[in-house]
Amino acid sequence: MNGSRKRMMWIAAVVTVLALVPAVAGSFTVSLLNDIGIGALVALGLVLLTGVGGATSFGQAAFVGIAAYATAWLTTTQGLSPWIGLLFALLLTGLSALAIGMLTLRLGGHFLPLSTIAWGLSIAMLFGNVDALGRHTGLSNIPALRIAGWSLADPRSMYYLIWVVVGLACLFSHNLLQSRPGRAIRGLRGGATLLASVGADAYRVRLTLFVTAALFAGLAGWLYAHMNRFVSPSPFDVRASIEYLLMAVAGGLGQLAGALVGAALVLVLKNGLQDVLPMLTQRAGQLEAVAFATLFILLLHFARGGLMGLLRRWTRRRAGTQGAASRHEAPAVDPLPHRQLPQRGTQVLSVKGAVKRFGGLVAVNDVSFEVNAGEIVGLIGPNGAGKSTMFNLLTCTLPMTSGQVRFLDHDIAGMPQRQVARLGLARTFQHVKLRPHMSLLDNVALGAHSRTRSGILKAGLRLDRAEENQILQEAQRQLDRIGLGDRAHELAGSLPLGTQRILEIARALAADPVLLVLDEPAAGLRRKEKMALGDLLRKLREEGVTILIVEHDMDFVMKLVDRLVVMNFGSKLVEGVPSAVRADERVQAAYLGSVV
Amino acid sequence: MTWDVALILVTDGLANGAVYLLAGLGLVLIFSVTRVVFVPFGDIAAFAALSLAAFETGRVPPTIGMVAVLAALALATEIGSLLRRGEASRIPKALLMWGVLPAIPCALAWLVARPGVPVAVHIAVAVLLVVPIAPLLARVVFQPIADASVLVLLIVSLALHFLLSGLGLLFFGPEGSRTTPLTSAVFTLGDGFTVSGQVVLMVGAAIVLSGLFFLVFERTVAGKALRATAVNRVGARLVGIRPVRTALLAYGCASLLAGLIGVLIAPVTTMYYDSGFIIGLKAFVAAIIGGLVSYPMTAVGALAVGVVESFASFWSGALKDVIVFSLLIPVLMLRSFMAAHSEEEEDEVEQ
Repeated sequence: MNGSRKRMMWIAAVVTVLALVPAVAGSFTVSLLNDIGIGALVALGLVLLTGVGGATSFGQAAFVGIAAYATAWLTTTQGLSPWIGLLFALLLTGLSALAIGMLTLRLGGHFLPLSTIAWGLSIAMLFGNVDALGRHTGLSNIPALRIAGWSLADPRSMYYLIWVVVGLACLFSHNLLQSRPGRAIRGLRGGATLLASVGADAYRVRLTLFVTAALFAGLAGWLYAHMNRFVSPSPFDVRASIEYLLMAVAGGLGQLAGALVGAALVLVLKNGLQDVLPMLTQRAGQLEAVAFATLFILLLHFARGGLMGLLRRWTRRRAGTQGAASRHEAPAVDPLPHRQLPQRGTQVLSVKGAVKRFGGLVAVNDVSFEVNAGEIVGLIGPNGAGKSTMFNLLTCTLPMTSGQVRFLDHDIAGMPQRQVARLGLARTFQHVKLRPHMSLLDNVALGAHSRTRSGILKAGLRLDRAEENQILQEAQRQLDRIGLGDRAHELAGSLPLGTQRILEIARALAADPVLLVLDEPAAGLRRKEKMALGDLLRKLREEGVTILIVEHDMDFVMKLVDRLVVMNFGSKLVEGVPSAVRADERVQAAYLGSVV
Repeated sequence: MTWDVALILVTDGLANGAVYLLAGLGLVLIFSVTRVVFVPFGDIAAFAALSLAAFETGRVPPTIGMVAVLAALALATEIGSLLRRGEASRIPKALLMWGVLPAIPCALAWLVARPGVPVAVHIAVAVLLVVPIAPLLARVVFQPIADASVLVLLIVSLALHFLLSGLGLLFFGPEGSRTTPLTSAVFTLGDGFTVSGQVVLMVGAAIVLSGLFFLVFERTVAGKALRATAVNRVGARLVGIRPVRTALLAYGCASLLAGLIGVLIAPVTTMYYDSGFIIGLKAFVAAIIGGLVSYPMTAVGALAVGVVESFASFWSGALKDVIVFSLLIPVLMLRSFMAAHSEEEEDEVEQ
């Protein structure tokens, strides 16, 4: 825990310096720091949204603008208190973010960034063309803030408010990332299927994240309006949005501190260029943008992770390998509630007449089978037999062309994957889907997503600790179960592939599943590891967990399963106990070729 | 609004749409091959227009200086990377490729920058002069970070736009200019409705060029290599297509398109050093309608953007751009509903 103490000391030092600045610095420095604080607040939202969540927004300045104009309009024309202005500003920002997010966030990839450019442009132009908002001249005479009769008209007093807000926002974001919703947010880059497999809805996670980032921007806008006491359209146009994004990227999208560092870097650099260039050339005004852009491109050429990324690489190299072997230590708490497992022998899963066509190709053709509680069923077949497609059908990752799948008492054909996961069907992936930059513990804790409820607000305010401790204890328990308990704080990306597969099983177990569906869990494992895996699966069966396993390793499967379903060319070939399947001539022909 | 007005607006819109169409094709081309959203595209178009304007007034276009500086940078980058890899024997070829080749249009421009040279030559040289810009920029700025995430590439591309428009201000100054129309012909369609030759020229150029584009993509090996790289970079590499080379080809084609756009709009709009950005953005709207991959949908989107823009400017000049950009909303809604939930893994954040 030496690293975290060092970090605390750094934070304490930064806070002390920031607290002392107004006492010693001139008013220019103070107002520069005020601007940096406001920029950092917006950039912090972007670090969460873009850096952690993987969604890029070029519309943050528009959110700043909406909030600034909202409070400006309310306080100047309606004469209301700036504190009502704050509520109104946040409400308006949140609602517009919700609307724009609902439109664009379902679309993957580049639609969000590009459409936010258009949206950012439109909003700034709208500000400049609405009479009630003063058109291009803007709104002036915005009242200063007052706290308990004490006016914050002076930049020095505003300074403290801004930096307290920035500090609280950092704390909120930090808490958020170390929590249930935070893990889902960090899982976003792993794709929608990963989140759906733990019962989370990627779209909703992204939407709440987008609104959160917009609210940070809204807070910045409210501060901006009451600091400058004047708003006009140009600070909220798309160029400003780009500048906020530059801050986040320059500082480093990978760390929260990147927002602070980046805002400081960009604003100090701009001010510096304004001071230095006139000494070098007479065309300083024209060269400013050129110099700024050049420096920026150079920065990204040499440090794509921004300044903080550079710093982190450097400290890591000095400290050697990170993540010492350690367990998650915490006081014991009540375990998370368990699901009532069905009576041994009752039907858990039944597939009837499943058909899947891809265009003209029939990948799965009229397959039916059942899985009963407390047994291990193997799904095998030669390459191209349709096993993986069958797997995707019964986990509802792919929609079925026709047929029926019943899980427990529910007809799940056509259900969204995350709902099936919530019913108690947990899966692993053939191509491992782990979050390489998250610890083993966090990866497994992600599996318990659907068993818990804390949301962003609760997590950010640290009101979720009781539940969080339960989640982490559960995750540690599952890690112990697969024998990785001592490596809880290592990064998942540092594990060899075979071990990553086992880690996926722990994540699936954290969901407290009724049925565990494993996609080639033994691929890439060594003999010893395979034996351990076999023992683990048998132990799970004894505890009442039902397991369906798709596997290539015959030896492994034959020793493990109670029953086998063999597929070939999309159809079911045989079903039966291992010895019968082994003796079946059709199966032998399918695997080895027939003897004519 | 009478039918006459509507008809005029539609023809105007089609002329605008033709420009967005060409720009959209260029953007989609670069994006699909290199994953770079090439924001400076519009700037290059503006440079072509301003170069043509310089020719008309008998001045040497400052673009020459810009191309020369970029060529020097590209040459330095290339030689530097060759030396680092210990391939000094390839330096002469690099000199030819990055030093001599870009110098040719510069020399041409120097020669024809005098009164009395036919307009057609001026136009051709103005287009040629900007062709090296995008490939040179790509060599200096994008090639060293070709494997970065789409976001980093996009941010660099934006920074590059600011860099280019800053250079534009430096080289061309803040004054706008407009060139003489390429043709003064006016076509009269029955009922006294007239269409200016320039509009016909713009629409015609768009049709011919996109036809050519289609032919190149469907019928030539180079076009197929571009498509292959767009579909699957690794796969293309495995069959011997060099991504670096196809990327340069894509940048070159896009630069050519930008140059043509520049000379086509120079007579109808007053161009400033930074006029390109908004043209590029509207082309983006078209490209988004095409999902950034489909050329035919981009073409449809471009024409729609052009027509909506011209009607919007008739109703409210000030809000015209707002209206154009909000055109995206129904499009995105539609796409959102139709979106197949394809599984795509995002890039990891750069550490």
